[in-house]
Amino acid sequence: MNWSVPRIPLDTWCDAALDWLTEALSGVTRAISHSVSDWIAELTTLLQAVPPPMIILAFGLLAWRVSGWRLSIGSMLGFAFLWNLRLWDPMVTTLVMVVLSTAASIAIGLPLGIVAALNARTWRVVAPCMDMAQTMPSFVYLIPAIPFFGLGPVSACFATVIFAMPPTIRLTALGILQVPGELTEAADAFGTTRWQKLVKVQLPLALPTIMAGINQTIMLSLSMVVIAAMIGAGGLGREVWSAIQRLEAGRGFQAGVAIAVLAIILDRITQQVSRRAQPR
Amino acid sequence: MTALVPFNFDIGSAASPSIKMPGVKTAEKRTALIEVQDVSKVFGDRSAEALTMLDAGEDRAAILARTGTAVGLNHVSFDVAEGEILVVMGLSGSGKSTMLRCLNRLIEPSSGTIRVRGADVTAMAPAALRDFRRHSFGMVFQHFALFPHRTILGNVEFGLEVQGMAKPARRDSAMRAIELVGLKGWDARYPSELSGGMKQRAGLARALAADAAVLLMDEAFSALDPLIRRDMQQELVELQRRLQKTIVFVSHDLDEAIALGGRIVLMKDGAIVQVGTAEAILAHPATPYVARFVEHIDVASVLKVGALLAAVPIVLRSQEDPAEAANRMEAAGCGNTLVVDAAGRLLGRTDIAALRRVPNGQGLERAVRSCARVAATASVKQALPVVAAEAEAVAVVDEDGRLLGTIDRVGIINALARRSANPEAAS
Repeated sequence: MNWSVPRIPLDTWCDAALDWLTEALSGVTRAISHSVSDWIAELTTLLQAVPPPMIILAFGLLAWRVSGWRLSIGSMLGFAFLWNLRLWDPMVTTLVMVVLSTAASIAIGLPLGIVAALNARTWRVVAPCMDMAQTMPSFVYLIPAIPFFGLGPVSACFATVIFAMPPTIRLTALGILQVPGELTEAADAFGTTRWQKLVKVQLPLALPTIMAGINQTIMLSLSMVVIAAMIGAGGLGREVWSAIQRLEAGRGFQAGVAIAVLAIILDRITQQVSRRAQPR
Repeated sequence: MTALVPFNFDIGSAASPSIKMPGVKTAEKRTALIEVQDVSKVFGDRSAEALTMLDAGEDRAAILARTGTAVGLNHVSFDVAEGEILVVMGLSGSGKSTMLRCLNRLIEPSSGTIRVRGADVTAMAPAALRDFRRHSFGMVFQHFALFPHRTILGNVEFGLEVQGMAKPARRDSAMRAIELVGLKGWDARYPSELSGGMKQRAGLARALAADAAVLLMDEAFSALDPLIRRDMQQELVELQRRLQKTIVFVSHDLDEAIALGGRIVLMKDGAIVQVGTAEAILAHPATPYVARFVEHIDVASVLKVGALLAAVPIVLRSQEDPAEAANRMEAAGCGNTLVVDAAGRLLGRTDIAALRRVPNGQGLERAVRSCARVAATASVKQALPVVAAEAEAVAVVDEDGRLLGTIDRVGIINALARRSANPEAAS
């Protein structure tokens, strides 16, 4: 075909931008990456050193607290199953990365969601970014993560945060916007400052919705952490990844089931937390 | 003819504020707590243009068509006296809720000024306005607007908490307010555990807790069952009498306005059409619209006897000389009349013949016989049996028994006929 319009060199631009950013920032990001990855490794080793029954019991207790004995027994059986499959250590690695990514997502996403809810202009900027972050194939984030953070768990967490954060932002904003106008009006009528209104009325009432967002973020983190095995993140993802490379269907399936079990346990527990936040 | 002169004790000083002669405003006697002056509100982007059109006297439809801007309030002015219940009334869309929200600037007025105790609310900076809302206004909402995540106590103490009051002190105040509205023992419950009426009691307690001078009530009882609504109205009147709050009450219900018993500001299309007591509005509707609005009301139960007073041609005092009194009555051409003591209190009725029979040197009291009387605050409905049983005009007295005037069958029939026959003609 004879093109009369020249092609927009989007790929070249992206490369140029990335090169420039890498050059400008990689010194800093690499340093951060080193310390964070050391930290992750230490935490993982520490948790792996704890006897599994203790962790199983701890989850059982947590589940019992937020829900009841049903969920408690279910969680403990699930973890025992993973232990039995000899997948305990990879599971702990994955869990640590999910927890860290989720924590980072909340730390960034929650304030961003609040600002987006209170300020229409911020929302107009944030919304398309989130749409892009969620619809872009998640593998794409893995590529630029490497020059900044190198191969390993930090790059995995970085990509995971970008992929998993939008639900927290979106549902935080939604939760705040859904607070009935009557109640914010009542708060105004009693002379609240913006901060008082936020802390005493809007956030408590938005909490169930925010918790639902965090639940989504955890689920997305888990799915992304598995994909991130491709750039050197360990854990259950690596089990799947090496099974694919060696065409070991059984081992792949086993790791897949382990991920599903972990996902279900995390989901049920956070869902219960979200339900408990519901005002009566 | 000395016909109307003897009626020399002062009607204006009548103790009960609910007795009003048409045209006499009691509000002027008390200091105005809230002064609303020329307030307008337009909703939309082209508000400046809309305001100019509004000032030029264009109507709402024309402004909406030209600028796409809705007129919420159109040059509204009224005063709220300290300690009165003022009912802002109108159908939905009349601007009454907008008016209420302009008072504490939940809605920003487009023009005009609102003063509360002389302070210009419309000119306040955000921090001053916040302070003002915390200390000067309590607000009650139509759908309660209780915070579902807080207990009743947590709701009631909300305003105090926002003020920054220490926990023990605000607990105390909140508990007092809860007791005041009859919710004692329910403080640890959540709003969802309460019935509608109780929820609104909690809403009322929340508004009372900060001990603000003004209560703003937005259709506060409209969402309640009729029976509970009536109870709440009575209790509010009771509370108001006790606490001397100034209440601005928005309602679409004329019966409610009458039950609350204060002055009424009647609104239509964002403008005030009439201000006055229920009796005054019923007796003298300012426009055909008002007349239609009040048409279905049972006039006899609203109209107070005090609004239908006729002057007494001659009133005798107990210390007068009987013979002279008889002469005066003869000259005025009236056969019998009422007698009051030195303080103006009604003693009874007498006639010329009885006066003539009084022996020389004896006082006029000997000729006085007791007579029927009705209180000025009684409704016409209550007075009807008494008036029907009496041949003569019935004496009307105030709370201290002082004679205010009389009421007779003709007066009542005229008043009722004027109201029910043809409302349009009444304006």
